[in-house]
Amino acid sequence: MKPKIAFFDFASCEGCQLAILNCEDALLDLLERVEIVEFREALSEKAPRYDIAFIEGSIHREEDADRLRDIRERSKVVVALGACACIGNVQARSNATAPAVNLARVYGEEARDRVQTDPDHWGLWAHTRVRPISDVVEVDYYLRGCPVVPTEFVKLVTALIAGSTPRFPRAPVCTECKRAGNLCVFAQGETCMGQITWAGCDAVCVTQGYRCDGCRGILPGANVEAHRDLLRDNGLDDAAIDSRYDLFCASQRTASRPKAKVAPKQSTLAGRPTPGGRAS
Amino acid sequence: MSGESFTIAVNHVTRVEGHGSIRVNVHDGVVDDVKLCIVEAHRFFESFTRGMKPEEIPWIVGRICGICCVGHQLAATKAVEDSQGLVPSEQTVLLRRLLNLSQFLQSHVLHVYFLAVPDFLGVPSVLPLARSHPEVVKRALRLKKLANDFTTVFGGRTLHPMSNTLLGWRRLPDRAAMADIKRRLTEALPDLEATVAIAKSLPMPPYERETEYVSLWHPDRYALYDGEVYSSDTKSTVPVSDYEQVTNEHTVAHSTTKWSRWHRDAYAVGALARLNNSFAQLHPAAQQVASDLGLEPPVINPYANNLAQVVEIVHCAHESLALLDRALDGELVSEDLSFTPRAGRGFGATEVPRGILFHDYTFGEDGRCVAANAVIPTSQNVANIEADMRAFAPKMLGDLTREALTLHMEMLLRAYDPCISCSVHMLDVTFVE
Repeated sequence: MKPKIAFFDFASCEGCQLAILNCEDALLDLLERVEIVEFREALSEKAPRYDIAFIEGSIHREEDADRLRDIRERSKVVVALGACACIGNVQARSNATAPAVNLARVYGEEARDRVQTDPDHWGLWAHTRVRPISDVVEVDYYLRGCPVVPTEFVKLVTALIAGSTPRFPRAPVCTECKRAGNLCVFAQGETCMGQITWAGCDAVCVTQGYRCDGCRGILPGANVEAHRDLLRDNGLDDAAIDSRYDLFCASQRTASRPKAKVAPKQSTLAGRPTPGGRAS
Repeated sequence: MSGESFTIAVNHVTRVEGHGSIRVNVHDGVVDDVKLCIVEAHRFFESFTRGMKPEEIPWIVGRICGICCVGHQLAATKAVEDSQGLVPSEQTVLLRRLLNLSQFLQSHVLHVYFLAVPDFLGVPSVLPLARSHPEVVKRALRLKKLANDFTTVFGGRTLHPMSNTLLGWRRLPDRAAMADIKRRLTEALPDLEATVAIAKSLPMPPYERETEYVSLWHPDRYALYDGEVYSSDTKSTVPVSDYEQVTNEHTVAHSTTKWSRWHRDAYAVGALARLNNSFAQLHPAAQQVASDLGLEPPVINPYANNLAQVVEIVHCAHESLALLDRALDGELVSEDLSFTPRAGRGFGATEVPRGILFHDYTFGEDGRCVAANAVIPTSQNVANIEADMRAFAPKMLGDLTREALTLHMEMLLRAYDPCISCSVHMLDVTFVE
């Protein structure tokens, strides 16, 4: 039987699902080998159980956390799809401000007070914090970046169908940037997050003339203090450095240490070694 | 169905961007309540952009929406430039117009083929079409890939492009790649004719309502990148800096939302609004397609927005070819993109596939953002969608089965091509009578 694949979205721009739809060359071939059972952005169908659940978006409300836990219960493999699900992405920067202040800035104080005291809207308006999905459930695989890299998606699905464990490079963007033959951003008089950021994007932003802003998240074990020293040496003060880290990695900077809840043993389509709770 | 009482509820409507639900309450055979609920979580872009530098703003706020990331970048770029007293060169404006056109092509092809056509052909998604109408799906993928590659040539990649910034391009588009896009666009013209043929065969639900249409308007061209704000009610324009007079974001009793209204309780933006307001400026080939599809302004059937998108696909292809000729005529030159940040407020607007988009930023003395506002097409449309539902539901109740009524409500929502991620500060729009 073809593996059942589902896509779910929480708080996000839904661009990562779009990036998957943009795999035009691989899409029709992939569709021969898997069954897509939920993809709200493109389909009207729904299903009860999934072999692979792709989760796009960060978790902001308790009702969203409950929905995510329910999906986890019904899925063999859970994949965080894109920076929002992996690390909270740009919106995690709002965690530095009280939710009530954020609401007031966007909707006005009067509207905020009215909706927050209306029991009919408590669920909708109960914004807690911007959380990556690993703060709520166990995650088997991470497809990083804003947006995800479509070839990594194809690689992951292909490996899982074949019953193997996909491997992704555990190195900083700098390694790929050198390989791409780019002149170092620091040598151009700008600053860059490439030294401390997970690779896998082929340093596309630098190749295209910009810098790395760290959308793939901070590489575990990266020497953040040395990187901050480097930014300081290049003229950024502490506030500017914090603001820079908080463009994409606010949830990681404010966490006491980079936190990623990876399932103890990564699941394959053969299932997870955890007993209890889930019907087979 | 007279005398019955029931509720039609469609939770998390599919094939739209973002989360929305529709509720229609019927009491004793009479529609007594229609609600369009937007249930997306908020992301607070207008709050967390505070503290950012001018050049970071367009790059970050593009993340408001995947499908319209280019439009958000461009509107924000124009607003930030306005606040900083920066004037882009003719070359930069030309490249931006091309980048914008590529996104119109990509978004309209995606919407027409993937999100709308399945309804009209009576299938739940584009996937069954791969078996029953393989040529349709292959053409859709071919056109979409062309549009995506078009964006990549000008933006550096399809989603959240990084080559463009304030004042110009960090890395100019490659000449051979531009020529290749031009060749492929020319070769795609028969695919566009086939797209028009599909559009011609689509049955249109026969529901109409007098509507105020709002769009950018430009005297010399079909306004997609620049112009002033035009209303079909007054047949006149106001400057973009007066956008707050247009959108009039306001709250209503028992609703958590900000609504938009200008001269009436609601107005519509998007492809149909542009076609109605700027028909004379459409490329002649697109005008011909509009006539063939029976779209002579004023068109007040909201379902026709899908047809207007097809007209715009044809227009954008021809406009792109003309602008590519200009970009290929001579060499693009690297420009000095440096500037000294200053305090100030600026406004920017551009048309995006779903309608007119406004951005507004204020910077402090230290050159850091202190206030931000964005008014998104879908949030401007939400009141109008509900007004349509309110007007059509009683007629549909007489004409249609309950299942067909539900489908027609979903199709109406999809016809507007709503982009709900963008418009989360429109949470829960309700109409109760």
